[in-house]
Order: sequence, then C-alpha cells, then structure tokens
Amino acid sequence: MMPDLGKYAFAVLASYGASLALLAAVVGLTVWQGKRVKARLRDVEARQGRDDG
Amino acid sequence: MSIWEYANPKKFMQTSAGLLPFVWGVTVVCLVVGLIWGFFFTPDDFRQGSTVKIIYLHVPSAMMAINAWVMMLVTSLIWLIRRHHVSALAAKAAAPVGLTFTMIALVTGAFWGQPMWGTWWAWDPRLTSFLILTLFYLGYIALWEAIENPDTAADLTAVLCLVGSVFALLSRYAVLFWNQGLHQGASLSLDKEENVADVFWFPLLVCIAGFVLLFVALVLMRTRTEIRARRLQALLARERLA
Repeated sequence: MMPDLGKYAFAVLASYGASLALLAAVVGLTVWQGKRVKARLRDVEARQGRDDG
Repeated sequence: MSIWEYANPKKFMQTSAGLLPFVWGVTVVCLVVGLIWGFFFTPDDFRQGSTVKIIYLHVPSAMMAINAWVMMLVTSLIWLIRRHHVSALAAKAAAPVGLTFTMIALVTGAFWGQPMWGTWWAWDPRLTSFLILTLFYLGYIALWEAIENPDTAADLTAVLCLVGSVFALLSRYAVLFWNQGLHQGASLSLDKEENVADVFWFPLLVCIAGFVLLFVALVLMRTRTEIRARRLQALLARERLA
C-alpha cells in the first residue's frame, strides 16, 4: 500500500510528519484553550449568579 | 439583514455555533481525501520524483499563510474604521493559525528544496519575504500579549498588520518582481499550459479546500474563545469593583 518514495523518502515523510504534527498542535491548542476559558467563564457566571441572587 | 449584525458578539456566537459542526465535518473529509489521494494515488513527477507529493502540503499552507494575513488586514481595517470588537478578536484569533501555516510552508519548503536545489534555505526573494512574514506573525502575537488594555492592543496590532501586509503581498508576488530567485513561479495558473498536470491538480484542489476550511473552523473556534475570554475579564473586573 505504501508508495515507493525512492531516494526522496526522508524528504517526503519528514514533510508530512512535521506538517501533521504542527496541524495537530494548533488544533489541540485551540480546543484546550476553548475548553479552559469556557469552564472558567461558567464558574465565574455561576458564582456571580449566586452572589446576585 | 446586514453583515454588521455579526459584529454583535451574541449573534456571532449563535451563528458560529450552528456553522462549526458542518465546517469541521467538511474540513476533515477534504483533508483526509485530499492527502490520501495525493500521497497514495498520484504518480511521481518525471523531474522531481516523489518529492512532488510535498505539493499537497506546501502550496495550500503557503496560500493560507498569506490569505490569513489578508483576512487579518480586512478585520483590522474594520476595527480601525468601525470599532467592531468581534473583528479585532477575529484578527487576533487568526494569527496563531496563520503562523502555523507559515511554519508548515517553510518546513516543507526546506525539505523539498534540499533534494531539488541542493540547499535547505536560500536568501531568495520569496523565501526571504516569507521569513519576514513569519516574524511579523510572531511580533503581532507578542504585541497582543504585551498590552493590557484590549482596545489599545487592537489599535496597535491593527497598525502592525497594515505594515506587515507589504510582506504578505511581497511573499505572494516576489517571484514576479525578481527573477534571480531559486523559487519557481506560481504552481497554479488559469492558463492550462502553465498549470500543474491534472493528475496533481485535482487532489491539490481538494487539499486547498481542506486548508481553507480548516482555517475557517479554527478561526471561528478561536474567535468564540476570545469573546468568552473578553466576557470573563469583564466579569472579573466587576467582581473586583464590587
């Protein structure tokens, strides 16, 4: 199934590996930051809701 | 209905929440299909051998690195002219995504350049302007983090974005201005004679669509996070004053 990349195997595989790692990092960071801020906002809203009410 | 309605954070949150699952779904399909098609089911190029497979990452990421900056330019101008906070936050949200695409373009370019040109790097006009664009991305992100007042940060980063646009355009058109560089001209052209062969072109189109949609999905998600973070700051400030 794996195509024969010949003498350029390192260049091609390293390109795919590095790119997919960078894409995974930015997606992972985006999801993690989103969850963290959402959870903090929910906590603060709940706390202030209690204080107001 | 006006486009400016989406400058309302509440409206933006509602609309983006509905759009995101669809955008993510099509993004994953395009990226998986495009990359598998390109990597496994396209032939080697008669001159470049198997390194031609790098095109499915290098060209879409380079295109999006420049287009992300253009998007930041447009949203920065909207901020400067109309003072819509969502547009400033969208520009801020796009910068790390654009930086990632820029880094992918540089890394894949180095891996492609080494066997084809015999060097990882050359001070070629397009490569150099791309490196400067990377530094602008880093400076833009650092400036947002360095300034405490969000409106002042939005103003100054918008000005930086205007200046950096020169290098975004240069990195796109440098090969047309200077002929002495190693980097070839545009791989994609409306002229069928100049465009890459169909066997590479169709999977490349799918990959480009995937990268565009990935950018849209990430910017929507990150803008939503920035809006929530802004609300969080406001609530914490209210708490401190109480």
